[in-house]
Formats: sequence, C-alpha cells, structure tokens
Amino acid sequence: MMNRSGKFLLRVATLAGLLSLSACSVEPWLKPYERQNLADPIMAFERDAVQTAYINHVYQAREGARGAEGGGGGGCGCN
Amino acid sequence: MAVAATKFKGFSRATLISVAQSLALLAGLACLPALGSVLPEERTDLMYHSYQGGGMDITGPSLLVRKNFLEKLSVSANYYVDNVSSASVDVQFISGASRYSEQRKEQSIGVDYLNNKTTMSMGYTTSKESDYDATTAFFGVSQDFFGDLTSISLGYSQGNDEVSQNNYTGHVITSTTHKGDVNRQNYRLNLSQILTKNFVMNLGFETISDEGFLNNPYRQVRYLNDDGINFTLQNEKYPETRTSDTVALRGIYYLPWRASIRGEYRYFTDTWGIEATSVEVRYVHPWDDNWLFEFKVRQYDQTKADFYSDLFPRESAFNFLARDKEMSTYTSRSIGIGASYSFTGFSLGPFEQFKLNLYVDHFEFDYDDFRDVPGGKGLNAGTEPLYAFSADVARLFLTVTY
Repeated sequence: MMNRSGKFLLRVATLAGLLSLSACSVEPWLKPYERQNLADPIMAFERDAVQTAYINHVYQAREGARGAEGGGGGGCGCN
Repeated sequence: MAVAATKFKGFSRATLISVAQSLALLAGLACLPALGSVLPEERTDLMYHSYQGGGMDITGPSLLVRKNFLEKLSVSANYYVDNVSSASVDVQFISGASRYSEQRKEQSIGVDYLNNKTTMSMGYTTSKESDYDATTAFFGVSQDFFGDLTSISLGYSQGNDEVSQNNYTGHVITSTTHKGDVNRQNYRLNLSQILTKNFVMNLGFETISDEGFLNNPYRQVRYLNDDGINFTLQNEKYPETRTSDTVALRGIYYLPWRASIRGEYRYFTDTWGIEATSVEVRYVHPWDDNWLFEFKVRQYDQTKADFYSDLFPRESAFNFLARDKEMSTYTSRSIGIGASYSFTGFSLGPFEQFKLNLYVDHFEFDYDDFRDVPGGKGLNAGTEPLYAFSADVARLFLTVTY
C-alpha cells in the first residue's frame, strides 16, 4: 500500500518522464545566441540567495503553508 | 511561565523548514533559469536582517561565503543568527505582558559538484536554541537537457529535531525538559523551461512529511467555562504526523525596455486540513549601469486546521487541540521595494565587484477566527475583537564577488 507521499512522487516522476520523452522528439527552438535577454541578471527568478532565504524564513514562520518556495538561484551563475 | 509561554512564537516554529530551505539555497539546486550547467557564482554576502511587528523584534547578522575549485566544485558556508525580543499577543494572552529574549544560531555547509550537464549537491545544517536543536542533511541532483532549454532538479532532505521545554524562575532558565523528537523528510522536484527568448517558466512540487512531537510544549488553548463568560487554559495537543503537498507555478518575462516581470502562484494542502494559496507579482527595473530597483506585491490566504479553535466549548473537547494563529483562517498582504547599487570601476585585490542592497517589505495580517484576548480585556470570552497586526521586514546587505 503506497502512502500519500509515495503516490504524489509517482505522479511527479511520471510527469517528469513524459516531459523528457517529449523533449527528445523536438528540436530546441532557441539557439544559444538568442538567449541574451535570458542571461540578463534581471531575469533570475531570485538574484540574492541570502535575502531570499530570509524572506522565505519569514513566510514560513508567519504562514501555515510551507514548501515549493523555489527561491534560491541567487548567484548561482546559471545565466 | 511568562517567558515559557511565548517560546516558538518567534521564528523558531519554522526552524527546521527554514533549515531545509537554506540548504536548498546554498546547494544552488533551485537555480531556476536553466541556461546551461555552470557552477554558482563566487560571492560573499554580509547581511543584517530585521523583523518588527506584532510585538516582536527579530534582528541579526548573516554571512554567506561561496568559493569554487577546479571549475568542478563549489563550496559554500552560511552563518545566521536570530536575536528575538518579544512581547507578542501570545505573551500577553498568558501572562499579562512580559518581554523575553532568546537567540537562534544556524550554520550550514554545502557542496556542488558539476559534471557535464549534471550538478550534484549536498549540504548539512545545524540550528540551535536553548530548547530546540535541529539538524538537516540535503542531497540533490539537477540535470539540463534539450539544448539547455529544460532543467529538472530533484532534492531530498531529512531533518531531525530535538524539542525541549525550558523551566524558568523569573526570566532565568533553571532546567530543561526533553519533550520529544521530530523526523522530517522533504521531497522536491523542479522543472524549468525556457519558452521563448523572453520567457522562462518553472513548476515546483514539494512534499513534506513530519513525524514526532509536533506540538509547541508551551502554547495553550482556551475553553469556555460553565458560566459562559470566562475561559480556562489547557495545553495544546497536535497529531504526531503531518504531510503536506505544495505546487508552485512561476514565470518571468523580459520586457522590451529592459525590465522584467515575475508572477507566481502557489497552492498548499496538508493532512491537518489547511489549504493555502499565495500570489505574487514582482517587477525589476534597472537604472543606469549602477542601480536596480524592485517592486513586489503578494497576497496569502489560508483556511484553518481541522483541530483549530479560538475558544473550545469545553475541556478536551476534541482529541487534538490548537490555538496557534498560524493554524487559523487568515489573510496577509504585503508590498515590498528593493534597491541595489553596484560600485562600478572599483575593485580591491581579488574582489571584483561590490554591491549594496536594501529590501523592505510591509505586511498586513488579518485573522478571521483568532481573537485579540489582551485587547478585549473585560469582554466575555469569544467576543473579543479579531486580531490583526502589521510587520516590517528589512534586509540590508553587502555583496562582494570575486
């Protein structure tokens, strides 16, 4: 008997699998030289990890909800 | 007693979750715009943070240092302190107002290893208070594929907490009683997708399961006396398990005049009956080469836990009892502004760039079924005004990259 978290993760894994399969059959539509705007620091979901962690800390302390904050990415250099 | 009754009413209640979050941040796994696998940027952030509202003052420093090695390995360390000084509604409720102070210290280390398009991350965090010790270990893997337009990240963390209760004489801790342990497991999945040359989306899932002593050993609930006018207190009682699922959808769009707009929707549900949504819109606008401004609005709504009540009808009315305002039905709205200034043309040895940042958020909390007992002194139990408060949150920090 799979527990609730197990079922949730199975659904998520299935979704991820489908996404990766579908990705294989399609050509990437954006060339590296077309990614100038995306590489701009203003396009980071979060720019500064230290302040993002803090504001998420405030949310977690003052709200009943938790998880999937995203956050992070600040300074990850992924651009 | 006055002091004891307030514990966990600061940020402590969310200690472990915060720890896990910090790990995810340090590990850089949640690095959302997936534009090719590279190591995180080498930088140091020295921050001073401040939270003021609802009778609580929480301030402290934070230091984050990240250094890369051999273009394969990135190591980070974070030191963080919460200095809490409080006379919140919960203090007044129990004791008739008494301010207390406490401190929480958190230390984290993290490592990222990059191999081709795969990043593996792990980290470890400890958090210590006089009556709450927490440790969390984190592991994650992130993979870019499909011409680096898509990125999938998986993360797992396990936390172990030790919950204690301080016994006080006046404001002095005379002894500490161990109350129980908590085991927490977090499972995360993030999908990032570049859709156009101006648009990136991200879908995040997280399941968290807790098991153990989930109560606050100090907090009490109230129930109505037979006279129908006054109330009596008893200790709160929570279930020993909790599982929550959260999904978040985010998008960020590059505007034609070099600015960006970011939207987020998050939905939360748990086995305690709480459902919550949050919506946020953020606008970022650069000015000249030095300035970056940010504007943000956010709204949060939640329903109460099944076993929450502001005033129970009688003693031990249900198997589980809670009167934590974060378990009630309420709404919060916030606006935030931020400014960053980069000192261009200035460097100091290996330190290439200096940036000064200030972010301020203003929150308004309105509770639908949590009453302001101290503010309703003299009124019959259950007829006190509903509680509401505002809070200001500031982060001032210096960033150095090298």
